[in-house]
Amino acid sequence: MPLSLLKYGLRRTYPVTGDIAATPDLKPHYDVGIIGGGGHGLACAHYLSSRHGIGSVAVLEKGYLAGGNTARNTTTIRSNYITPQSIAFYKEGVELYGEMAQELDFNVMFSQRGQLTLAHNDSTMRSFHLRAETGKFAGIRAEVVDAGDVRRLCPGLNMDEGGSLEIVGGLWHADGGTARHDAVAWGYAAQAARRGVEIHQRTEVLAIETAGGKATAVVTNRGRIACGQVLIACGGMNYDMGLKAGIEIPIRCYPLQAMVTQPVKPWLHTLVSSVSLHTYLVQSSRGEVVIGGGSDPYQLYATRSTLDMKEQLAAGAVHLFPFIGNLKILRQWAGITDMTPDYSPIMGASPLSNLWLDCGWGTWGFKATPVAGKRLAECIATGRVPDIIKPFALDRFASFSLVNEMGATAASH
Amino acid sequence: MNRLPPPFGSRIDRAQRLHFSFEGRKLEGFAGDTIASALAASGEWQVSRSFKYHRPRGLHSLTGSDANALVQVGDEPNVDAGLTPLRDGMVVSAQNVNGSLAHDRDSVIDKLGRFLPVGFYYRTFMGPTHNAWLKLWEPLIRRKAGLGRLHMTASHPHGDTVHLHCDVLVVGCGPAGLAAGIEAARSGADVILCEAEPELSGSLTFAAEQHGLASLVAEAQSLPGLRLMTGTVCNGWFEDNWLPLIRGNTLHRVRARRVIFATGVLEQPAVFRNNDLPGLMAAGTVRRLVRHYGVKTGTTAVVLAAGDETLDTVRALQEAGVQIAAVVAPQPLSATCMDELRREGLPVIDGRIEEARGNKRLSALRVGGRWIDCDVAAITAGYMPSWQLPCQAGARLVCGDDGEMSFTGFPPDVDIAGGITGHSAHEAVLADGRRAAQAALRALGLAAREEISRPSPASKPFRFWDAPGEPDPRGRDFVDFDEDLQVKDLVHAVQEGYREIELVKRFTTVGMGPSQGRHSAKAAALIVARSTARRLSQTGVTTARPPAGPEKLSVLAGHHTVTERRTALHAAHVQLGAEMRPVGNWWRPYVYRTGAPREEAIAAEVKAVREGVGLLDVSTLGKLEVRGPDAGAFLDRMYATNHGNQSIGRVRYALMLNEMGSVMDDGVVLRLTEDTFYVTATTGAVARVYADMSFWNAQWRMNVDVLNLTGAFCGLNLTGPKARAVLSGLSSDISFEPEAFPYLQGKSATIAGVPVRAMRIGFTGELSYELHCAGSQAMTLYKAIAQAGPAHDLKPYGLEASRILRLEKGHILIGQDTDAMSTPDELGFGWAVSKRKAFFVGKRSLEARRRTGLQRKLAGLTFAASLGPNDMGEGCLVLRNGEVAGHVTSFATSPTLGKPIALAHVHTDDAKPGATVSLRARNGATIAATVAGHAFFDPQNLRQEI
Repeated sequence: MPLSLLKYGLRRTYPVTGDIAATPDLKPHYDVGIIGGGGHGLACAHYLSSRHGIGSVAVLEKGYLAGGNTARNTTTIRSNYITPQSIAFYKEGVELYGEMAQELDFNVMFSQRGQLTLAHNDSTMRSFHLRAETGKFAGIRAEVVDAGDVRRLCPGLNMDEGGSLEIVGGLWHADGGTARHDAVAWGYAAQAARRGVEIHQRTEVLAIETAGGKATAVVTNRGRIACGQVLIACGGMNYDMGLKAGIEIPIRCYPLQAMVTQPVKPWLHTLVSSVSLHTYLVQSSRGEVVIGGGSDPYQLYATRSTLDMKEQLAAGAVHLFPFIGNLKILRQWAGITDMTPDYSPIMGASPLSNLWLDCGWGTWGFKATPVAGKRLAECIATGRVPDIIKPFALDRFASFSLVNEMGATAASH
Repeated sequence: MNRLPPPFGSRIDRAQRLHFSFEGRKLEGFAGDTIASALAASGEWQVSRSFKYHRPRGLHSLTGSDANALVQVGDEPNVDAGLTPLRDGMVVSAQNVNGSLAHDRDSVIDKLGRFLPVGFYYRTFMGPTHNAWLKLWEPLIRRKAGLGRLHMTASHPHGDTVHLHCDVLVVGCGPAGLAAGIEAARSGADVILCEAEPELSGSLTFAAEQHGLASLVAEAQSLPGLRLMTGTVCNGWFEDNWLPLIRGNTLHRVRARRVIFATGVLEQPAVFRNNDLPGLMAAGTVRRLVRHYGVKTGTTAVVLAAGDETLDTVRALQEAGVQIAAVVAPQPLSATCMDELRREGLPVIDGRIEEARGNKRLSALRVGGRWIDCDVAAITAGYMPSWQLPCQAGARLVCGDDGEMSFTGFPPDVDIAGGITGHSAHEAVLADGRRAAQAALRALGLAAREEISRPSPASKPFRFWDAPGEPDPRGRDFVDFDEDLQVKDLVHAVQEGYREIELVKRFTTVGMGPSQGRHSAKAAALIVARSTARRLSQTGVTTARPPAGPEKLSVLAGHHTVTERRTALHAAHVQLGAEMRPVGNWWRPYVYRTGAPREEAIAAEVKAVREGVGLLDVSTLGKLEVRGPDAGAFLDRMYATNHGNQSIGRVRYALMLNEMGSVMDDGVVLRLTEDTFYVTATTGAVARVYADMSFWNAQWRMNVDVLNLTGAFCGLNLTGPKARAVLSGLSSDISFEPEAFPYLQGKSATIAGVPVRAMRIGFTGELSYELHCAGSQAMTLYKAIAQAGPAHDLKPYGLEASRILRLEKGHILIGQDTDAMSTPDELGFGWAVSKRKAFFVGKRSLEARRRTGLQRKLAGLTFAASLGPNDMGEGCLVLRNGEVAGHVTSFATSPTLGKPIALAHVHTDDAKPGATVSLRARNGATIAATVAGHAFFDPQNLRQEI
């Protein structure tokens, strides 16, 4: 038993750490206003306060802390993308996850059990070769494996030999893993609050005031605050928030659903996803199996889940693991994903000189929480966009300098 | 045995004995028993160990409101013993035990509880080394995770799916649901009555007083237009009244015009120290065990009073011969209730139960400081409306500060009736059911009689509540049995700053277990309200999400057949020994195995095409017919190439871009008549092409029809120097000579008696004829060709030879040699893009991209030495100054040229023939390649145009 538990147990009273500070009154001015109290906004607040000494920060969250996509995602962390630009960026994200528990003194349970993406045909294998080659060149662990390796890495898979969904190989990404999503947000929130960052829950941004090419103030349901700089990091509502500042961000929103089963004894060690079946599975350390897939095929802002998608995901899951038919679904849910044309995020400068964007996170935002927070804090503190996020600028769409990741996010996120 | 004689046990058939085992012990039950009732009858009061502390647990609700009754049955985990009928031969065991249920080594965790405060795992397990969590702690914790065990050899019956439609769906067949269903059906509505239990009447099935409900049941069973579905669980509400009703392995997808939820109430447990001991159970469980299953629940009982229903519990216990030691009344009881209890001479103690004790079974309860010996306690602290389904439908559960609960904000076609609304008096419940039915009938426009106003509940039943008190200093006062959460855990979570109910849920996991808060939501809300100095009305409960109860993956998955497509010639390929492989949804011949190794067989097929003649099944190609006066103009908009000016009988290459100016598809267009075009698309893209054409046609409103003939037509490509000789041997109404049928011409013809669309096009660079005909006649055409073939050494060839042949000729494959960013210029297709058209899809973007210049080009590559698949292959990177400039998109060792060839994206400056590029081999080594023109074979096109 670790010492810290002994310390807890031997005390007479419960030692309160005080992770989440109560929402204080709004001040009239902050150096930085962060719109969105999810993982990204809180990470940025943490890095602003810990790396750049900027403590006059207000994080504005319309609901409860990290209750949007941070709470709804299925916690995949990986870096096996297609383009060198993406791989470099997400690689830094994975590395930051490795240090996160120590950095935040909060166990976010980052667990690199590896991610296995399955190929059911030659053309998928071809795309895996490209991802493996690009990944290896960029220094991540990604390799193409054959059917025998797949069997060893993930016992119990239905290989469907001779069938139309025969598993012919896979992409093995040993760096891939998961973390406890809520803990990531709470850890950042606790650290940021200790350095003076104010977290305002139930504080909805109603308007962004602009003048002379700058954002001057943010109007909330609890009052107006003047901000030296503003960051938009509010997930599914990014497009709408951009409009409030007069910026049209190329985003279309689609619901993304997932579901979770009752807990059973761990049998699935790796993250497994099938491109052809649009299904992925991961078993949490509670024993629950999380099942997800592709986005809904229509644009929508609703977070109601559907029976159809649940049936699809169940069919995919049972196809991959025929022995889990008796496993029972506990709950299903949906989030709103802000999709960009190239399936890559939009980070950095906006047409307003002091307003920064952390948008377009679509279905892949959780894994980027630390790196996006860190790099956007750098933008805000220095006024310069770091090289690693330059490829993800808003103006890439005008010049068609896209970072195309369409094939790498289809079912794995 | 704890069995009571008849008339106890309305559900069991004593004539049918069932044998089963529990924890290796051989036991008996009766047909009609659930696993739980059979265990109780056998004196097995402990059925499980808890999730975290491994505490002994017994039956609590029998309604799926807690995880205590979850057991392993054979290879099936997490079977709810309270809801699952007993079957003969069942092998039942406890879950999540290290050792046995009786002796669980992990029960030591219960002793260590003080060292494991709520959320402890967030504060520790981070050392001693950097990756200690991954290497040391997580594996330990994972070993302790989960409840039941999956077996990789387990199988399951396939789920079936049924679609039902109705005017009114009534969920719950207690008195309110019955009254509603009958009222609606009497007026001619199509009604489905859905009931989870095996019989109608709801809670009256285990009550002493029947209120003459039998006549309603009889009427429900005889009314036409009323479909009774017992043993059926309504497990969710989805947009537009789309509800899953699950009975056994069948999922009924129901579309209802109106829905009435008459799902009643959920009993809530009381919170005190050791409130989880086996022997403490919901009052409803006591009554069910006695009346449904004839099980005597103990010898001495304590009853926690929760309103008038207490009397029925007392009666059930007395009838079963259980002595009642005390009735504990935490709140004043009604005069009727008190009179009755006094008449029975029962001691009524005003106060709360403070603590329980016992070793794996209740032995005494402490009330007002005094210990009362008992081995069973009927514990209902109060009720909660069963809120999940109404809340999924959009209603909001409103909590009053006094514990009262009601709903607001129903969508117009959803209603609730009966106990769920707060009614408890029998007549009021019936009236409310009729009222809901009348409201539905009016909305449906069915003959509605007089207006019935909504009677307000006489009492506020949800206010009656033995609410949890302050945390017991010694803990073990459980709020959530599933997750082993005590009052202090929630208090501590609030102290840590998790003040919103959703954050408390996420930090403590309250309500996240198998029962999803059914027995914990109300208590949790109160504790959070109290700890945050807010009112109950400000706290509320967390979002109710589907499913309402657990639901098996197999039932949802149904008969998960995978869509597979076979061409009309599939059987012929198989007969010829083809190795069939899936391509998209299609099965295609990959190579025809002749006994030779695969690589040799492929090379032989290539050779046959180059030197003789080969036959490829191209039926999977997309085939579209575009018809109408605007057909030419439409194609001119859809494709970057020109088609409006195409002459009749001409075949032209067609290149399609998306709105980003990237290449999306290619194919050919044959103009059949002035107004009719026959268009091909690639196998993988045709669905998208057809969808896009339909989309744009709707946008542009042109006078055009687009018909997708992909599945209706088959295609054969006859290619090689001897192709003409083969065709000339067939009966035909056209000539295949070059003057009569030159390259890039198309004709409607009859060949071997089969109407055919013939085109002089190919993908191999050889003399080629592509013949398309109706699928029903493809085999006739195929056989005719095959018969004529041997004289000319005709050989069928497969996909892999086709891919090599086209690579030798430098033809690209859309999707393989292109990606989402590929422009026509990069691919060397700039020539195909029309300069004269004012508009086509992608033109504006393409022009903008042309202004910024090209970053990369697709180039042919040759290599000095031979290379194996482990050295070089598709996906290998092209490097330039230490950075990625592109990658190999196609690679093969050409049988014709005897050397490796490839297509690759290279930097624009390196794209000129003769330039050298460096590639990163699979093993990381650097390999040099020389840029060649696109066509490695016959660059002058001497062969295909003869």
